[in-house]
Amino acid sequence: MSFPWANEYKPGNGLTQWLDEKLPLPRFVYNAVGAGYPVPRNLNYMWNFGVLAGFCLVLQIVTGVVLAMHYAANAGVAFDSVEHIMRDVNWGWMLRYAHANGASAFFVVVYLHIFRGFFYSSYKAPREMIWLLGVVIFLLMMATAFMGYVLPWGQMSFWGAKVITGLFGAIPLIGVPIQEWLLGGFAPDNAALNRFFSLHFLLPFVIAGVIILHIWALHIPGSSNPTGVEVKTKSDTVPFHPYYTAKDGFGLGVFLLIYCAVLFFGPNALGHPDNYIPANPLSTPAHIVPEWYFWPFYAILRAFTSDFFFIPAKLMGVLAMFSAILVWFFLPWLDTSPVRSGHYRPLFRKFFYLLVIDILVLGYCGGAPAAEPFVMISQLASMYYFLHFLVILPLVSSIEKPEPLPFSITEAVLGKDESAVLNANPAAA
Amino acid sequence: MVRLFGPLVGLFFAVALLWSFGNGAYTAITEPAPVTAEHEFHLHPKELDLASNGAFGRFDKQQLQRGFQVYKEVCATCHSLKQIAFRDLKAIGYSDAEVKAIAKQWATKATTFNPVTGDRGERDNIASDRIPTVYYAGQGVPPDLSLMTKARHDGGAYVYSLLTGYQEQPAELLKKFPDSKTPDGLHYNPYFANLNLAMPAPITTDGQVTYSDGTKASVDQMSKDVSAFLVWTAEPKLDKRKQTGWAVLGFLLMATVLAYLAKKNVWADKH
Ligand code: HEC
Ligand code: HEM
Repeated sequence: MSFPWANEYKPGNGLTQWLDEKLPLPRFVYNAVGAGYPVPRNLNYMWNFGVLAGFCLVLQIVTGVVLAMHYAANAGVAFDSVEHIMRDVNWGWMLRYAHANGASAFFVVVYLHIFRGFFYSSYKAPREMIWLLGVVIFLLMMATAFMGYVLPWGQMSFWGAKVITGLFGAIPLIGVPIQEWLLGGFAPDNAALNRFFSLHFLLPFVIAGVIILHIWALHIPGSSNPTGVEVKTKSDTVPFHPYYTAKDGFGLGVFLLIYCAVLFFGPNALGHPDNYIPANPLSTPAHIVPEWYFWPFYAILRAFTSDFFFIPAKLMGVLAMFSAILVWFFLPWLDTSPVRSGHYRPLFRKFFYLLVIDILVLGYCGGAPAAEPFVMISQLASMYYFLHFLVILPLVSSIEKPEPLPFSITEAVLGKDESAVLNANPAAA
Repeated sequence: MVRLFGPLVGLFFAVALLWSFGNGAYTAITEPAPVTAEHEFHLHPKELDLASNGAFGRFDKQQLQRGFQVYKEVCATCHSLKQIAFRDLKAIGYSDAEVKAIAKQWATKATTFNPVTGDRGERDNIASDRIPTVYYAGQGVPPDLSLMTKARHDGGAYVYSLLTGYQEQPAELLKKFPDSKTPDGLHYNPYFANLNLAMPAPITTDGQVTYSDGTKASVDQMSKDVSAFLVWTAEPKLDKRKQTGWAVLGFLLMATVLAYLAKKNVWADKH
């Protein structure tokens, strides 16, 4: 679907006309991300991160496919094969740093994309499906990045894999058999490394498929916007190309500047030094920590230190960690306010900023050693996390009195909207 | 449904967390975590000013060669360097002939195996061999040093601090933690994570090696040089990386300015 005023694709010459009749691919692209897709004219820079996330996926696939040509998924040589990439393969060091930091960049971008969704309630009807698919993408990304981190077979690779697959062991009765089945053994070894490599290669393409669904679902209602007021007339929109291609181009430039500054001048800043020590099942690192993008969830996992009635602490932690993401699936039905944008929701806005701080605190505690005061802080912060989504949000939606919304997007941008006047006083037309 | 069960699930987790928090707080008050000797006496690495530090820094090849000499004459009796082949040393300024000579004269020989006779033997190293593994009979396992400076926080500075950090165990420590006396065969060093390590101080006397470039081989100088060398072994492409980085950033800066102007131009009639 699109708005009735969307530009129509007109093949420019004989060849494109021929193609349009046989396989209208240019028409498809034109309507998806070209001049044929009308987009609200008031999108701010928070709307850049979707395109950037797509760029990151392409970056990971391109660098990953080339790395896979030189990498050897065998526990005996994996570590050395990564060093071979770093030292002997032409530009191998750049590929590997691009891929390792590309994963971090991907998560930075996707987190900003998700927080954009939180603030502007982009998950609300009619866009629930877009949001649900987004959460699926996020889960797939986490699985992909986790398995990728195992591949260099350093100390953190091994012990991270051991801790995370060990979580399945918390499930009563069937947990341990599941864990052994997933690993193909009692502890991570060659069997696990091989299957992780296979899945790490596969999942990004599954992600690409879900992204196509995500964008398909987006094109049915069209993009939301910072006012949260739906598009009414043609003057509320601009064609995606050239307006947002130009804006995304600039955004991409800024993104690449930051990404390349890290890639070339601090490529190990986000990694853990222990992963430059070859995996050693006999020597446990002092602190086992996952990559930074898992820290908030890792903090929630470790916050459960006491058994709760008959539920063991470890199982509670696992349940809570998965619930912390699963709860996002229910957001469209937990937040019942008819107003979308946080700009017009004074009370919601305060809690939103509190949530941002809360997740940053959780992130900090997740990266810190499992000692006091970090455990106690993460217990309080996890508590707020669950209360925020499951109790505060529904409550705020029902008691809050939103501020008045603009009549239309055009009015929000230009200060006045001709069609608003028409609506108010048809006689004046 | 969601609005009924949501708050219940939220409260369930919140109460479980409160329970954990309460137990934790109770334990923290009744049995506070004991202070350990590591906690009080461990030191963060000293500053180490290397030519390769910073975004504009470049390796000082003269220093890398001195560092290699320290590695060869001191560390190589215990530590391997298996990511480095002799021919890689050309990157720090040795000629082909010098590399061949270094390989040939290396104390630990390459091992050979004859698949026909089953005989094992030895031969001189050649330029394409990796620096051979050594076997250490003493206490502890000397780790491979190739990636050491990337495998510790503040790598280069850490190695330098470790080498120059050996000392008597402070009397104050023993007074406060009588159980923490350095065990036999280990050596006290406040820069090491648990304060006692198996490596005896390797660099102990001025002039332990004789530098051919005339630099005075003080303990401090040798420690610095070998640290600089180990920064190179961990990341031989460091210079190339930073050089490429500046070119890339320069290009991106220009492209981004152009993209900004294009964006401004396109949007001129829409604000
Ligand atoms: C007599 C043998 C010996 C010599 C010579 C020696 N080392 Fe060691 N080294 C060891 C042993 C043994 C360990 C393991 C210590 C431990 O884990 O307790 C070690 C560990 C290390 C470590 C790792 C410390 C850590 O954080 O785990 C570094 C770095 C190191 N040596 C550097 C050097 C350098 C540089 C030299 C040369 C100047 C050198 N060593 C010479 C035996 C030696
Ligand atoms: C969703 C996209 C992807 C993410 C988030 C991701 C993430 C990661 C991470 C975190 C690592 C560890 C980096 C390190 O510390 O060395 C890694 C390694 C690796 N990845 Fe990916 N990856 C993605 C896509 C791909 C694809 C599509 C391929 C191949 C077709 C691939 C191939 C590899 C290989 C061979 C390694 C091991 C080499 C290395 O450790 O550098 N990746 N990946």
